[in-house]
Amino acid sequence: MTPIIQVESLVKQFGELPAVNGISFSVASGAIFGFLGPNGAGKSTTIKMLATLLKPTSGKATLAGFDINSQSNQVRQSIGLVFQDPSLDIRLTADENLQFHAMLYNVPKDVFAARCEQVLRMVDLLDRRSSPVSTFSGGMKRRLEIARGLLHHPKVLFLDEPTLGLDPQTRNAIWHHVRKLRDEVGTTVFMTTHYMDEAENCDHIAIIDHGKIQAIDTPASLKRMIGGDKIIVGGDDALAQDIPAKYNVELQKVNGEFHFQINSGAEFVPRLVTDFHGRVKSIQVKQPSLEDVFLKLTGRAIREQEGSNLDLMRQGARLWRGARR
Amino acid sequence: MIGLKTIYTIWLREFKIFMREKFRIVAMIGQPLLYLLILGRGISAGMRLNSTGNIDYLRFMYPGIIGMSILFTSIFSALSIIWDREFGFLKEVLVAPVPRWAVALGKSFGGATIAMIQSAIMITMAPIVGITLSVVVLIELFVLSFLLSFAVTSLGVLIAAKLESMQSFQMVMNFLIMPLYFLSGAMFPMASAPAWMKTLMVIDPLTYGVDALRNVIFSGTTITIGQSAVPLLEVARTSGLIRWTLAFDVLIMFTAAAVLAAAGAYSFSRSNN
Repeated sequence: MTPIIQVESLVKQFGELPAVNGISFSVASGAIFGFLGPNGAGKSTTIKMLATLLKPTSGKATLAGFDINSQSNQVRQSIGLVFQDPSLDIRLTADENLQFHAMLYNVPKDVFAARCEQVLRMVDLLDRRSSPVSTFSGGMKRRLEIARGLLHHPKVLFLDEPTLGLDPQTRNAIWHHVRKLRDEVGTTVFMTTHYMDEAENCDHIAIIDHGKIQAIDTPASLKRMIGGDKIIVGGDDALAQDIPAKYNVELQKVNGEFHFQINSGAEFVPRLVTDFHGRVKSIQVKQPSLEDVFLKLTGRAIREQEGSNLDLMRQGARLWRGARR
Repeated sequence: MIGLKTIYTIWLREFKIFMREKFRIVAMIGQPLLYLLILGRGISAGMRLNSTGNIDYLRFMYPGIIGMSILFTSIFSALSIIWDREFGFLKEVLVAPVPRWAVALGKSFGGATIAMIQSAIMITMAPIVGITLSVVVLIELFVLSFLLSFAVTSLGVLIAAKLESMQSFQMVMNFLIMPLYFLSGAMFPMASAPAWMKTLMVIDPLTYGVDALRNVIFSGTTITIGQSAVPLLEVARTSGLIRWTLAFDVLIMFTAAAVLAAAGAYSFSRSNN
């Protein structure tokens, strides 16, 4: 099967700063593809380029067979977009918002009624279709935006941080809808997130940091990269030298605790307790998560990254200069 | 004809939202009424136009008030683009597979339609100020309102494409819209204005709009001077309250509307988000 999105060494520079620095990847048709990375990593910039809202500095990409540089109208017709910030007209009703969208995207009049009902049912908003959007909660608005993005039957639906600022219950509901969408309609979903647990729902994940793709694979394979289970040990500071020396592992200190990976973690615990009797205060055994993958790939936890965007860009610029040796 | 459909779509939204905003409609009727009944009556009672003892100030001001409401209504319609940008809705329009010039024109048509409704409301006050209406006057007035508003809304789109936030809106009102209005001859006649101001008034495109409105609104009315009935239009023309012919006014307005619409559409299609 030919990929629905194909990206080749895409670059976007804002002045001196490379926001996206030569990324290449492809997305299979019908997949849920996730872009995982901290704020300011270049996720939204990539989406904007693929949606023809930003012109790339260099590189090329095709979407549903259309060139993002030269066939922007065809690309726009083939995609649905749900932004980080709401983009509904709150003075209009849900139905009217959909109607406006249908007119802009040239959805034929005779199929509109059926489609409208279909997408509203999918996001459980059918009973609220005649209410003004100003009366909707944040989660309802987001669901309506997803419904709107699907109205013209796009080949690819872009979701930019679709669950940002929503409560866990609504987040789950949105994920439920996204999966249903893929299964029922076969729409390819391209999403960005900085929630690690959410990224687990994707078929493929690209981990992006400082405008570059660090790794790209299925969540399971990415976690396999970690090699075994994750052990978190609390104890005296000398353990930072003694544990690596004894077991030949790579150890990282996070929040005063020591993190390392080892095969068959459950069986390892008794050994650790015997070897360092009295010095170990706590032990946790964890299945590796994407958080660990990110930590391993970038040397930082993703949450340490959350600051203002400007800070991140400055930091990014510094790191780039250092990395370019 | 994706362009035409886009224009219609944008227009329809403007119209729907307008019909829903009760407060805006109340303000639309209330503000000119205040100007006319309080300011106009007050000034009219307190002074006589020195060069034109025969024309009551209220009559003179009435077309100017219609011009004012068209101006404000239109500029508000266009600047709703900034509002849409701040609330995110503009993005929905900008990512759609539609030409941006058509979005800009849709806004202009939307503003012009609302201004026509405004004119329709305003013209019902004609009897209060002693103006006689006819079908011809009404039709001419609607066409003029549309043209004038189309030009002003396009100017608004041109500005809105450049403005980042609602804060800058106040600046535009104070330093562009108010001067345009004050210099249009709506409140005082150009004939008695100082020379430097006259120059500015001739440059102001709105002057021709107000002049055209006077041409049309005065055309069906006769007033009595002494014993004889005289057409109001003639009196106004001889005393310099109307300076140009309707054809000339319309020509200037038409040119201004075309240039502003083109500039508005161009700058809107070049603005990034």
